[in-house]
Parts: sequence; C-alpha cells; structure tokens
Amino acid sequence: MMDRPRHQSTRSGRGAPARRRLGAPARRRLGAPAPWSLVLLGGLGGLLFVLPLLGLVSRTPWLSLHELVTSSVVADALWLSLLTSVLATVLSVALGVPLAWLLARVDFVGRRVVRAVVTLPMVLPPVVGGAALLFALGRRGLVGGPLNETTGFLLPFSVWGVVLANTFVAMPFLVITVEGALAGLDRRFEHAAAALGASRLTVFSRVTVPMIAPSLRAGAVLAWARALGEFGATITFAGNLQGRTQTLPLAVFVALESDRDTAVAISLVLVALSFTVLVLLRDRWWAQ
Amino acid sequence: MTRSRSVRGWSPVATLAAFSLALLLIVSGASCGATSEKEAATTVLVFGASSLTDAFADIEAAFEQANPDLDVKLNLAGSSALREQVLEGAPADVFASADWRHVEALIEAGEVAEDAATAFARNRLQVAVPEGNPAGVGSLSDLADEDLLVGLCATGVPCGDLARQALATVGIEAAVDTNEPDVRSLLTKIGAGELDAGIVYATDVASAAESVDGIPIDPQVQPDIVYPAAVTSRAPNPTGAAAFVRFLVTEPAQTIMAGHGFEAP
Repeated sequence: MMDRPRHQSTRSGRGAPARRRLGAPARRRLGAPAPWSLVLLGGLGGLLFVLPLLGLVSRTPWLSLHELVTSSVVADALWLSLLTSVLATVLSVALGVPLAWLLARVDFVGRRVVRAVVTLPMVLPPVVGGAALLFALGRRGLVGGPLNETTGFLLPFSVWGVVLANTFVAMPFLVITVEGALAGLDRRFEHAAAALGASRLTVFSRVTVPMIAPSLRAGAVLAWARALGEFGATITFAGNLQGRTQTLPLAVFVALESDRDTAVAISLVLVALSFTVLVLLRDRWWAQ
Repeated sequence: MTRSRSVRGWSPVATLAAFSLALLLIVSGASCGATSEKEAATTVLVFGASSLTDAFADIEAAFEQANPDLDVKLNLAGSSALREQVLEGAPADVFASADWRHVEALIEAGEVAEDAATAFARNRLQVAVPEGNPAGVGSLSDLADEDLLVGLCATGVPCGDLARQALATVGIEAAVDTNEPDVRSLLTKIGAGELDAGIVYATDVASAAESVDGIPIDPQVQPDIVYPAAVTSRAPNPTGAAAFVRFLVTEPAQTIMAGHGFEAP
C-alpha cells in the first residue's frame, strides 16, 4: 500500500530534516500540461464521487436542518456510531496487527486459506456476514448458544453486537494493509536490533511497528471508515433499536421508510463527520 | 525511440480513454433504441410489498400462463421503500402495497391516478414465536415483558405501524429489542430463535410454518389491513399493468391468495 520512498521520507524526517526529500518521489511540476486522456478518465472517476454528493445536497431541507439533526434519534445514533466505530477500530488494531504479523512472517500450514478467510468479509455481502455471525454467536449459535446458557451473556441486540459486526467487516482492511507493509519491510533493521540484543517483542514494538506506522495508520483509518458506514451486518446481527444498536446508517435507512427529510439530514451528518475526520487525518499524516 | 515518439498521442491510456468513451456512447445509444421499447411492451414490472413475496411468485406464474405474451418481473421490498423508488422515477408498471397510505402518497405526487387503485386482499396480524414457543408467550400483552426478546417492524413500515396500532388499542407498551426494517427480516430472526416474539402478518406465519408458530390476536384489536394495487401514471406498459391489476381480483388469483393466508378484499 505505502511505497518504500515514503517510509524513508518519514523516517529521515525525524532524525535528519535536511535530507527529508531525498527519497521522496518526484512530483509533477505545477503548470505543466496534463495528458488529456488522464484528465478525461480521472475527471470521469471524480465525477462518480461528486455527483451523488451533489444529489444529497440538492435534497437537503436546509430550513429545517438544524431541527432535524438535533433530534434525539440523530444524537443517539451519532454517539453510538462514534463509540462503536472507534471501539471496532481499537479491536481491529489489537487483534489485526498480530494477525497480519502471523500471516506475513510465520509459515504455518494453511496460511493461504487463513488469508483468504480473513479477507472474505471484504467481498461477502454484509447481510450474509451478519447472518453468519448470528448463526455462530446468536442465542442458538455454535458458540453463542453455550455462552448464553452458561453466562447469560447475549451479543445480538446489544451494543457489543454492533462492535463485533463492525470489527468483522472492518478488520480485513487493517490486516491486508499492515500485512502488505510487513511483507515489503527491509528486515535488516530488525536483524540489526536483534543482533544488538533486543528481544523479539522489543524488536516488534520498537523497530517493526514504527517502520510500518504509516500503513498502520492508513489501515486503521480504512477500518474506522468501513465501521462507521457499516449497515448490513449490524442490522442483521445486532438489530435496530434507538440508543442501543441504531447507528447512523441504520437511522438513515429507517428514516427513509417514513421521513425522507430526516434521512437526508442524517446522511449529511454522516458525510460531514467522515469528511472532517478524513481531511483532518490526511493533513496530519500525509501532508508532506 | 523515434518510432515510439511518433505514436505518442495514442499511448495505452489514451486508447483506453477513447475505448471507454466509445463504449459509453454505444451503451447509451443502445438503451434508447428499439430493444427497450419492445421490452416495455412485453414486460410488466410489478412493485410488491414484502409480505406478498410468496403469493406473488404463484400469481406471476398463473398470470403468465393466462397471458403468454406478457412477462411479469417482480420487485419486492418494503412498501415504503417501493414508494420512494416510484417517487424517484423507477419505471414501475404496478404498485401493490400493504397499506393504502402509500398509494395515497403516490396519488398526491401524481404517480398514480385518483381512482386507479383496487383493493385485492386483506390480512391479519398475529404474534409470531419460534416453533414450540420456548419462551411461553401467551398473548399480545406478554410483549411488555422486559425479559423477553421482542422485535417489531420499524415505524413507517406497514407491519410496524399496524403492530403499534394494535398495541395501543390494548394499551400496552412493548419492550422492544429491535425495530426490523421489514417483516421478512423480523420473521427470520424469530424463526432462528434469536427473538422470543414479534408481531407479523398471519400470511407470514403461514409461509414460515416450519420455524414459526402464530398466536392469534383478538379480532377487536385487529387493524383493518387492506392491500391495494394500482397502475402507475407513468407505467411503461399501461395495458399489461392494467391486465395484471384486473387479474388480481379474478377467482384463480384469489384462490392463490387464499392459499397463502390472505382473505378476500
């Protein structure tokens, strides 16, 4: 995902500012004419993203917008979306980085199968993923059944169900991003640290993780974004109840049934939220 | 080197750009050509409420047998989602809803003519429980029990509004754990045993008899559930659409509907 020159530029950016741009890729000088074919294709590509946004804005009830977005439904859904998407991202990093490391570094039997299974949620329709989660972790599920009988704990229809459904669809984005970075890493730095007496865990936390940091951040942002927009797995596995499991995308969908103005207003909140976070993070992490 | 520079204007990317543009033009040209008109004359696109899923599959077969030159295509979803699609210009020929209000909304928007809607079926509500009723649900008032996992259809979806209407008549506040987007997803969760009870149509209980049991609701509490069908004002195939709507109230169609638990209008 992240190319080598970029690693070098961020690394050297810390120790030797004067040499920062040495490894940076050459940039197109401003003012030089762009090939028309790239402009045409790229413009068409950009239009695909801009047009739906314009469509959304054109249907926005600006006069009643304030009233609509400050309703309890929106406030509850906004808070729940932030909470569950952040928790899902934390969970994805905590479990996904070790998983990516195993996939990149340990040559175990069935690694290719595990890798395919890990990325399956990216192609699986989320509703199918939600149903699969229900059959595994629901009240009558493979694991959920015994769990419920012994502890009384129930994942579906709870906020933990939302976090789990979000993690299920979001973590693959983190895993493949980090695994790609690990696979492309120059291992001499790790070997050097090990030769100097660092333990394997120290090498991982002090050398490997800092070196893959840009990919880790990118993966975490991708995972967070995917979790924030998650709909199908959530409504199938965790249900839909205001204040407990109704995230912003679910609130949009339900509002669309009865009240389009509210649906558009919530969509706008969701777009504004994602946009703000992505722009802020981009400025902070990928500015140079 | 000299040679490759002379064809610089047609690099692979430029070729790809020109190719996609050409493809785009061909596709857009084809879609407004004769094919789509011919298709519109033989196809009847029916937008039907989710609760009609099984019944309309049989109705489609019977209608096509009676009208071999017509091909029915079904688009089944929640009535309100279908209404939104029609309002956004979806090329529906027939709109069959589980609630008059959606037809009225379309009449108001000019998408359905004033007197174009025909009632073709009735339905009842039932309390659905997983087969064998493991939680021992007895009646509608048990839905207020906090310890039960209770699901309803969301507000705005006909089965959700009707269920709330029935609950209000009895004076019960249900302890809801999930508001499902449509009656089928509610039924699936009850059938899978993930919910203890929910309010659905009698026809849904009939269609899922192997996984779900139904508990009747007092007739005095039952809301009047009438299914209207209408030809849309901008139907691409108005004659085919009218034939389908007329067919719904014929005896063969009504026999099919009764087989799926519907009552006569």
